[in-house]
Amino acid sequence: MNKPIEIAIEDLDLGTPAALSESTVTVHIDGKAVDVPAGTSIMRAASLAGTQIPKLCATDSLDAHGSCRLCLVEVEGRKGTPASCTTPCQEGMSVKTQTPRLDKLRKGVMELYISDHPLDCLTCSANGDCELQDMAGVVGLRSVRYEEGSNHLDAGKDNSNPYFSFDASKCIVCSRCVRACSEVQGTFALTIAARGFESKVSPSEENAFLDSECVSCGACVQACPTATLQEKQVIDLGVPTRKVKTTCAYCGVGCSFVAELRGDELVRMVPDKQGGANAGHSCVKGRFAWGYATHSDRITRPMVRETTDSEWREVEWPEAIAFAADRFKAIQQKHGIDALGGITSSRCTNEEVYVVQKMVRASLQTNNVDTCARVCHSPTGYGLKQTFGTSAGTQDFASVQQADVIMVIGANPTDAHPVFGSRMKRRLREGAKLIVIDPRSIDLVKSPHIKATSHLQLQPGTNVAVVNALAHVIATEGWIDEAFVQERCDVASFNAWRRFISLPENSPENLAEISGVAAETIREAAATYAKAGNSAIYYGLGVTEHSQGSTMVMAMANLAMATGNIGRDGVGINPLRGQNNVQGACDMGSFPHEFSGYRHVSDETAREQFTALWGVDLREEPGMRIPNMLDAAISGNFRGMYIQGEDIAQSDPNSQHVAAALSAMDCVVVQDLFLNETSKFAHVFLPGTSFLEKDGTFTNAERRINRVRPVVPPASGLAEWEVTCALSEAMGYTMDYANASEIMDEIAALTPTFAGVSFDLLDERGSIQWPCNEQAPEGTPIMHAQRFVRGEGQFVTTPYVPTDERSTRKFPLLLTTGRILSQYNVGAQTRRTDNTVWHAEDILEIHEADAELRGVADGDWIEVASRAGSTRMRAHISDDIPAGVVYTTFHHPVSGTNVITTDNSDWATNCPEYKVTAVEIRPSSAIAVGM
Amino acid sequence: MTVWFVPRDAAALSVGADAVAAALEARGEHVVRTGSRGLLWLEPLVERADSRDGTRVGWSNVQAGDLSEGVLSEAAANFLGIVEELDYLACQNRWIYERVGIIDPVDPDDYVSHGGMAGLQRALEMSPMSVVQAVTESGLRGRGGAGFPTGIKWQTVAEQAPVPHKGDPVDAPRHKYICVNADEGDSGTFADRMLMEGDPFCLLEGMAIAAHAVGADRGMIYLRSEYPAAIAVMSDAIEKARARGWLGESILGSSCNFDVTIRVGAGSYVCGEETAMLESLEGRRGTVRAKPPLPAIEGLFGTPTVINNVLTIASVPSILARGPEAYAELGQERSRGTQVFQLAGNIARGGIVEVAFGISAHELIFGLGQGTKSGKPLKAVQVGGPLGAYLTADALQVPMAYESLAAEGAMLGHGGLVVFDDSVDMAEQARFAMEFCVEESCGKCTPCRIGAVRGVEVIDDLLASDAPENAEQLLRDLCDVMTQGSLCAMGGLTPQPVLSALDQFPEDFKRVAVRVDVAAQGVVHE
Repeated sequence: MNKPIEIAIEDLDLGTPAALSESTVTVHIDGKAVDVPAGTSIMRAASLAGTQIPKLCATDSLDAHGSCRLCLVEVEGRKGTPASCTTPCQEGMSVKTQTPRLDKLRKGVMELYISDHPLDCLTCSANGDCELQDMAGVVGLRSVRYEEGSNHLDAGKDNSNPYFSFDASKCIVCSRCVRACSEVQGTFALTIAARGFESKVSPSEENAFLDSECVSCGACVQACPTATLQEKQVIDLGVPTRKVKTTCAYCGVGCSFVAELRGDELVRMVPDKQGGANAGHSCVKGRFAWGYATHSDRITRPMVRETTDSEWREVEWPEAIAFAADRFKAIQQKHGIDALGGITSSRCTNEEVYVVQKMVRASLQTNNVDTCARVCHSPTGYGLKQTFGTSAGTQDFASVQQADVIMVIGANPTDAHPVFGSRMKRRLREGAKLIVIDPRSIDLVKSPHIKATSHLQLQPGTNVAVVNALAHVIATEGWIDEAFVQERCDVASFNAWRRFISLPENSPENLAEISGVAAETIREAAATYAKAGNSAIYYGLGVTEHSQGSTMVMAMANLAMATGNIGRDGVGINPLRGQNNVQGACDMGSFPHEFSGYRHVSDETAREQFTALWGVDLREEPGMRIPNMLDAAISGNFRGMYIQGEDIAQSDPNSQHVAAALSAMDCVVVQDLFLNETSKFAHVFLPGTSFLEKDGTFTNAERRINRVRPVVPPASGLAEWEVTCALSEAMGYTMDYANASEIMDEIAALTPTFAGVSFDLLDERGSIQWPCNEQAPEGTPIMHAQRFVRGEGQFVTTPYVPTDERSTRKFPLLLTTGRILSQYNVGAQTRRTDNTVWHAEDILEIHEADAELRGVADGDWIEVASRAGSTRMRAHISDDIPAGVVYTTFHHPVSGTNVITTDNSDWATNCPEYKVTAVEIRPSSAIAVGM
Repeated sequence: MTVWFVPRDAAALSVGADAVAAALEARGEHVVRTGSRGLLWLEPLVERADSRDGTRVGWSNVQAGDLSEGVLSEAAANFLGIVEELDYLACQNRWIYERVGIIDPVDPDDYVSHGGMAGLQRALEMSPMSVVQAVTESGLRGRGGAGFPTGIKWQTVAEQAPVPHKGDPVDAPRHKYICVNADEGDSGTFADRMLMEGDPFCLLEGMAIAAHAVGADRGMIYLRSEYPAAIAVMSDAIEKARARGWLGESILGSSCNFDVTIRVGAGSYVCGEETAMLESLEGRRGTVRAKPPLPAIEGLFGTPTVINNVLTIASVPSILARGPEAYAELGQERSRGTQVFQLAGNIARGGIVEVAFGISAHELIFGLGQGTKSGKPLKAVQVGGPLGAYLTADALQVPMAYESLAAEGAMLGHGGLVVFDDSVDMAEQARFAMEFCVEESCGKCTPCRIGAVRGVEVIDDLLASDAPENAEQLLRDLCDVMTQGSLCAMGGLTPQPVLSALDQFPEDFKRVAVRVDVAAQGVVHE
């Protein structure tokens, strides 16, 4: 079914990063002329000219260090032998990289290295994948004349990290790990301790890796040229023999990886330097936490059962498909066509999502399709469509490198989007200013070499009040970019907005009490944002998962338009999307009112295109959203559901309500990797494919379409889209594709923003940011550059309306939720990996004053109750949150966080208000009951 | 009124100067504490004048007990007569050290009345570029060891725009820095210390002139922790200079704003290397940075930075005050002006000798220093610190100047001369050079980090071997790798004393051979 794909994987390391200069110099490397940007190192210029100068401490992801002294060269007219990594090219420079003098020096340096290195190459785990070994060969070292002297051969191993080992005896003290931790990851967990011959790599203050600040991103392992820092998988299994480029399936950053295998056994995932989203970086999840794919809990055979209280029965694929089709047909016959619906998954590929929504619309003949984006970023789609005309972020990730001011609202990038978080931190270390709007003191507020200029520590639920106050200051202080507004925006809507926002009710002074943010702090932040050259807003679910989520998205859009911060590098409105393909799932027509490309189902032109190509009549009225389907199920009108890769019984709010709705259905079909909370209510379980088995595309938060390539064959024997097609066929509508590539071809034919996209183009270019069509054949990194997609930017007035969910005497604390680095979403994947060493349970963070008042001590079991329900977890006393606010994560089903969240939701999109729940805390002696 | 002068310099304190001063004061005498004249074998050297600025006569090696009988007598055996007429001082040409030992180092009035601040006054009347020009014309070169032309360095910094600290926002305050390297770690050198203890305002004045010349607003003195007295004097002087308007906003009523702070080092020799010093000043581990970028373009906190040695900066006030031409007339070739030589080791009369470049080592050691202290024959002189080469007794006619020493395979360094008599084992000295590098290497680059350790081992092998040719070849190869391959002068110069010893004193490396000979003779005798 899949044509073999041969993608060239570029391993060439140019030694030093690219120079950014626009002027060019010509240098002669061993007589060969090469033109390079001014500031390019001799080493890089030589690489570009085809000459690899020996090196150990240099690698092109890190600034030149100049310590190994293998890369010495001779420069005509200069005395000495400068290091080629730290010496920039100058016009007309003539360099010799190979001379008898240099050969002797390099041999001498290598002789020193090897005089302090174990001579166990043949049994070393890096045998064949070791730069020290390579360089010893390159310089032609044939003997070590030094007799046994002082050495580090007895230095110990640190195996504390579950994924990699540190063998100090093999360390050559090149500092690549230390520099990667600082420059790339920005955690500064590693340093060199002591000096001289005693110099050694030290996690924190000579701690074990696991006890240090290390976040296990793997950058150090990636950077290590020897076996010193190495994946335990490689030590256990051996060096990989083949490679497949693919895309991570965790968060919305969408990192490119090279899967390295021995046969069909995955050895390691290595971040891809060519990756458009990650440029060679990774986090603990993508780099290491993929073991769930082969976890023994995986269900790989289809299963059915008559009733949800009977035992599952393993069956062959045809029987499972027939079982589901028969039940679905029966439901439609008995309860009408609209008694069925489907949910697409943000974890699945564009192609898989596309066929599910196609099946629902074309085969089930209903528009009752929705997606889990409903519960996360639906307000983003709505708000940005209203104001700018496109339901997506405006920038590429690289844009942050040009930002002078970065405003982070309701997002915690270093935990939830760590690879982008590192990119952001790099820019912050370079001098960009940071404004954080968050009830919590997230890591970015103060971390090594980073300190927020302003932290607006607002009360949960008052986002709109705070952003209105910021806009009020900007409008009334005269900081509006009038030229931008006049030229690019709808002036009538702007005038209305300006009148509204200038009202005294929107002043910081008026909103200080409600928001809990001092007026002066808001005024300072407004000045910082408005007066910078480039100001960019990055936000997360702390913006969208509110009753005014859509309002807030539009309020931020107003702010960006009013200050002219849109349409170029370094600015924009950037949602940090939660799941790997939440952007794609939305793009692919997963919403009940929209076809792919966000065209309304009532749009005649669009519908006719689909009707023509699909060869079937399509409904023009929107279908039901998830909450409506669940409500209809409880009232008996909605009886069957196809749920693709989404555990709504755990992840959706007010779990009791979801359970009741699912229980009321006649046929729940779950397509997933594992049995989960939702499958407890299912009649058919269709085994899904892990990302390692998928063939298709994911679209990340920057609209980047990345290829997902099959690394191993599907454990269940079928691709997910094949299963969906089989069910559709059984229901009477044929969807005939030979492979995933053909599905993308159909998407391209029907979706204007995808018109130019094909697997061939993706294989050629690596990735593409939509829109990609005739106007933008190479894709669109920055949107709204010349004009807004909707024409003129639309201002929307955004009155602050307090949520109904507020603290009361009975529920005096406000609970807000978030994520931590090592776990992902409801934890279905990460809980099935060694990541549990970092986060074995969800914990409630509570301020000391609130804890004391309730007699709660650090580590105590407590009961958290809201008007929706109650659950138990352990308390952690923290000053990251203000008094009156409590915080937890929702990674573990046992903690049942969503038992207590309410069914409040965004007024425009029904996105649940996860981020504000009034609760009370009381000590509990009971031990949490496992589920 | 009779005034007594007792040094407060650490060298004098170490031989009882405080007790002497206390004893004089106890007798009701008016005592002024000064720096040291630099005639260290005479310390405590106590001087007396009829008035503050009167002619001074002196007594050598005074101890507090000598004063129990009454004040010092001109008839005493240790009476020196008029101090300025002592041959050791009379032959000197003091520019940098013109006030050291004469004034109270922390009395601004004393400083001014002895010509202090004339250089800065003059500089502030000139345009910044004219000041740079004057320094260039004087021929002044860096006295830290590298000998880079100071005017060119200043010119480079002057041409850069000030920038915010690296990592600060674009609208953060913009700076340039004057950093003074007072991490005087070379064995046998003490001129920086004595200048700071004896005339701290001179250094501050020089820094202010540099600041005016290059447009710097901040100064830092990187002062080694081993110099507590210098730290105290400099700190006191900075306070007083601020109070006088010599530092701070609108220096001397000009538009020049410049202030100075002291950063105390933490005992690392390599932090005297300028880039390691920058790392240390920025609060990081003292490891060497690769150049480029040059500190003049991207130095402290990423800003354009002048890094000069204490003696370099302290030369500037007198150059400005007396005129660059007068300075440039001194010396030879491209070694212009004066050098503060420091005579140390096994020498009869150790101390400070500031004279024009070109004096021979022989004149310094035998003329002024009067040969070894032990009275034994001189075997070698190490010039320029622990990484400097050795001059043999036959080579001492070499003029002390950058070019002539380089021609001998030696270097001037910071101007220190350490004398050894014939009891020294040069093989041990070679081994010590490698050992010193083991101890002081920052550990960044491989040739220095591993090479120095192997250097000690190979020398041990060589000395223990009955076939030392292989070990010697390996040692020479290693020295080659260290010299050409090291990131900075620490590893790069360590082979200099090693090879210098090996080449000039090969017999000291032939221990086994000697033993074998003796043994062989023994056999014959049996």
